[in-house]
Amino acid sequence: MLNYIWFGMMAIAVAAGIYNGKIDDVTEAAINMAEVSVNIAIGLIGIMALWLGIMKIAEESGLIRIIAKGLRPITVRLFPDVPEDHPAIGSIVLNMSANMLGLGNAATPLGLKAMEELQELNEQKDTATNSMVMFLAINTSSVQLILPATVVALMGATASDIFITTILATLLSTIAAITAVKFLEKMKRFAPDAAPVSTTSEETDHD
Amino acid sequence: MIEFVVEGLSEVARYIIPSLLVGIPFYALAVKKVPVYEVFVVGAKDGFTIAVRIIPYLVAILVAVGMFRASGALDLLLEFLAPALNSIGFPAENLPLALMRPLSGSGSLGLLTDLVNTHGVDSLTAKIGATMYGSSETTFYVLAVYFGSVGIVRSRHAIPAGLFADAVGAISAVYLCKLLLI
Repeated sequence: MLNYIWFGMMAIAVAAGIYNGKIDDVTEAAINMAEVSVNIAIGLIGIMALWLGIMKIAEESGLIRIIAKGLRPITVRLFPDVPEDHPAIGSIVLNMSANMLGLGNAATPLGLKAMEELQELNEQKDTATNSMVMFLAINTSSVQLILPATVVALMGATASDIFITTILATLLSTIAAITAVKFLEKMKRFAPDAAPVSTTSEETDHD
Repeated sequence: MIEFVVEGLSEVARYIIPSLLVGIPFYALAVKKVPVYEVFVVGAKDGFTIAVRIIPYLVAILVAVGMFRASGALDLLLEFLAPALNSIGFPAENLPLALMRPLSGSGSLGLLTDLVNTHGVDSLTAKIGATMYGSSETTFYVLAVYFGSVGIVRSRHAIPAGLFADAVGAISAVYLCKLLLI
């Protein structure tokens, strides 16, 4: 899937770039974004270290386990293949809480911690599990109780007008995400059974 | 009433991070006698490796997205989709933002700023845009970072599910604003 989307985006970009007479912009964007990607990753180091350190303390003190137990009734349905008191559940819950409260800086490290713990349960290390896809989908549909600071800054006093609409829209998109994941994970074309990729092999991914 | 809730929540939000930074070590130290400094350093060590590990995935995704944006392909897609979306009442002004949202965070913020400046904060167009922006995430970026951090290359149904949710979010934003804000 990603193979086709990734290649498709670049191929369309080059074709459209030629058609629109913007081929130089396309070249520049490719080189620029390669550099930007590294800057983003490097910029994450400090904030990652901070939250992973705090998370480790939360884990050692048993806090993560307490949180995971408390929200079991919900998480057991969303992530049926994760054992109920596995630390991944605690990290997932913390990541979602951070997202809901608009704490983007804290959410990413917590989310990556959750991914790491989900990966421990994964038998096919290069392939996403159902729980990973569910976690990602809930994340990208972003349940939010607090408007992003950028939106508040832009909209000023009218920000309160869109408070309710944003919560409802995000609620609907989260429901859509959960439904879509549950529905698609059963489809054959998305089954995780294909042969694992090696770094040299031709792509064997399903569409 | 709503103003009060919004202000209250943002006020509470200001204290969350400091409370966590102090509260978690306090509980660990006072209740469980965890050597908090030592444990913190052990956990923090992973920050570097994880950040470095996602670089190849970020480069792959962000380069493709950057090329796509720079090529003007979005405008062509816009022309192609506009008639169908107009017929279901999706405003043409909000379409670029809806298409940009899953691709690029900075790109969609730029488009939202543009909408607000052109149409004014009180316009329905700006409110729909802000709702769209606030109710969704940069799907491709999140996928690259989250899956990249653990070396997942086969994303299975993650992209279709994510894009479906984005579409539902964008369409909901339009109708919710039309329903509740006119």
